[in-house]
Amino acid sequence: MDADLRELFRLMVVTRRLDEEATALQRQGVLPAYAPVRGQEAAQIGSAAALALDRDFAFPTYRELGAAVAMGVDPVAYLAMHLNIWHGGLYDANASRLAPPNAVVGGPVLHAVGWAMGAKLDGTGGAALTYFGDGASSQGDIHEAMNFAGVYRLPVVFFCQNNGWAISLPTGDQVAGGSVAARAAGYGFEGLQVDGNDVTAVFEATKQALERARSGEGPALIEAMTYRLGPHSTSDDPSRYRSAEEERARAEQDPIALAKNSLTTEEITSAEQHAAAVVATTTEGLRALQPPPGDELFSFVYREPTAALLAQHRAWKESQDA
Amino acid sequence: MPELSLQQALNTALRHACEDDDRVLIFGEDVGTLGGVFRVTDGLQDKFGEHRVFDTPLAESAIMGMSVGLAMAGWRPVPEIQFDGFSYPAIDQIVNQVARMHYRSRGALGMPITLRLPSFGGIRAPEHHGESLESLFAHVPGLKVVSPSGAAEGYHLLRQAIADPDPVIFMEPKSRYWQREDFDPAQPVEALPVGRSRVVRPGKHATLIAWGAMVSRCQQVAELAAEDGVELEVLDLRWLKPIDADGLAESVSRTRRAVVVHEAPLTAGLGGEVSALISERCFGDLRAPVQRVAGFDVPYPSGALEDEYLPNVDRVLTAVQTALEYRRG
Repeated sequence: MDADLRELFRLMVVTRRLDEEATALQRQGVLPAYAPVRGQEAAQIGSAAALALDRDFAFPTYRELGAAVAMGVDPVAYLAMHLNIWHGGLYDANASRLAPPNAVVGGPVLHAVGWAMGAKLDGTGGAALTYFGDGASSQGDIHEAMNFAGVYRLPVVFFCQNNGWAISLPTGDQVAGGSVAARAAGYGFEGLQVDGNDVTAVFEATKQALERARSGEGPALIEAMTYRLGPHSTSDDPSRYRSAEEERARAEQDPIALAKNSLTTEEITSAEQHAAAVVATTTEGLRALQPPPGDELFSFVYREPTAALLAQHRAWKESQDA
Repeated sequence: MPELSLQQALNTALRHACEDDDRVLIFGEDVGTLGGVFRVTDGLQDKFGEHRVFDTPLAESAIMGMSVGLAMAGWRPVPEIQFDGFSYPAIDQIVNQVARMHYRSRGALGMPITLRLPSFGGIRAPEHHGESLESLFAHVPGLKVVSPSGAAEGYHLLRQAIADPDPVIFMEPKSRYWQREDFDPAQPVEALPVGRSRVVRPGKHATLIAWGAMVSRCQQVAELAAEDGVELEVLDLRWLKPIDADGLAESVSRTRRAVVVHEAPLTAGLGGEVSALISERCFGDLRAPVQRVAGFDVPYPSGALEDEYLPNVDRVLTAVQTALEYRRG
């Protein structure tokens, strides 16, 4: 697939409007908390849209609404995590090719490496795409993952969204050596920086890296330079660590505004109408979601519950019935 | 019947597991070319190839994180972490990922991972090579924990762990690797379900409860006690999670006295859990409080002091005597 800016734009607008709605729902007390993706739409849509969903697999952390949207995951099932319904959301990881969200920011990058080894052993021709941020780049697991992938020449694309801030710590105080991308050289594979606000550039870079990975040319590291326009989460107050001037200056690089420059008014209007419809359906779906039955406390811990769990389940049930 | 050591029995179990299921993968530090520092994987790479049995770089977190991804891709990983104390760098992956992925994904992503972990003390090894981490792992929802006491148990429990759909921490008692016993892996034996204990010596005056290398120590104690006419039952707990509460109750309700023996430090050790289960189920039958003989609440010591640390025959006998002589005030 070649970059289709109209389609990428539509996905970005859906993500932006869903993101705004999720933030609004948090303010209304529907969502207990939310981690906005505002500003990172191009990085997420451009990369995830390059996946081949019949072969590849993506590994998110916790701020990957845009990737989920681009992969066709039901937004209600994804946002169920933020509604505190279930930690991993309600979507089927295998069917959607998107692993459950992970709040341990370095951890899933190693899962991508293992999955890529499994795919290579099976000769599926699939590649793993794994998301992490500038903050997570400090984690030891990221080093171990890249070293393993380099040693085994695995089909994995490490996709760093460098959004400038790890909660309150700016990239300059987080990343030694100039960039995350530069580290790839130490692992023997290509690392490149891409304008993370240019959705077409992100798409092309990711597509090429995934194609090389699938054809056996090994891993790659992409550092998408973007900006978290919103707070780290709805509990965060960015004014305590960054200036309004900085935020205004970076807002001029808003990926959606940049993409609009290359689109017609009709295309933009059509995308907004589509997004409004998705938001309406999603909001309705989220408001209709019921908490899981309490019995599900005990489900899924093991394939079959242990005797101790069965006893605890029975005791819980009796306490409910009393 | 051939004599096999625990090391040979585990090697045979891995070989049979690879033969029976072509999704089984064996990997870890030095497990390929070298065959493992304890030679448990000796010859397996030659037999099954570098894609089934392979060496990893020296990074425990990656070994376990990679296991999660391999399981997601439909493989059945059997990683090794070379020594107990080196599982700490992988704790995040074990606790936050391996143990929870099935739950997090609402059952979509099975984690049939068996972590082989050479464990416990008794071989005069350096620091971080003699740890007993069973209560730590048993505390984590989503994990199963098992430790064999000898060669036959080692073979069958490892086959069972690898076949299990859930993640299993398989704690191999290093001090038993070279102990031989009559055992023929080709002969069928009574297969106990996951979570079942085994009475390895029947008795009527008290039950000694142990796992791993402490089972043979308790059997020694029972031999000595028998010379004085004291008949001790020895219960090999085998599974430390799920733990066999029914088996414990069945034995102790008959013998009415229990002594639990483990290498791990006393405080918050698994002996506390065993003691609680017995008290809950056998309170009316008990003639004495459950006695615990354990390692001390100190870091695992150097080899020079190892024998002072580990429960020995005298300490267990003393605890048995305390239980037998106990009178309600």
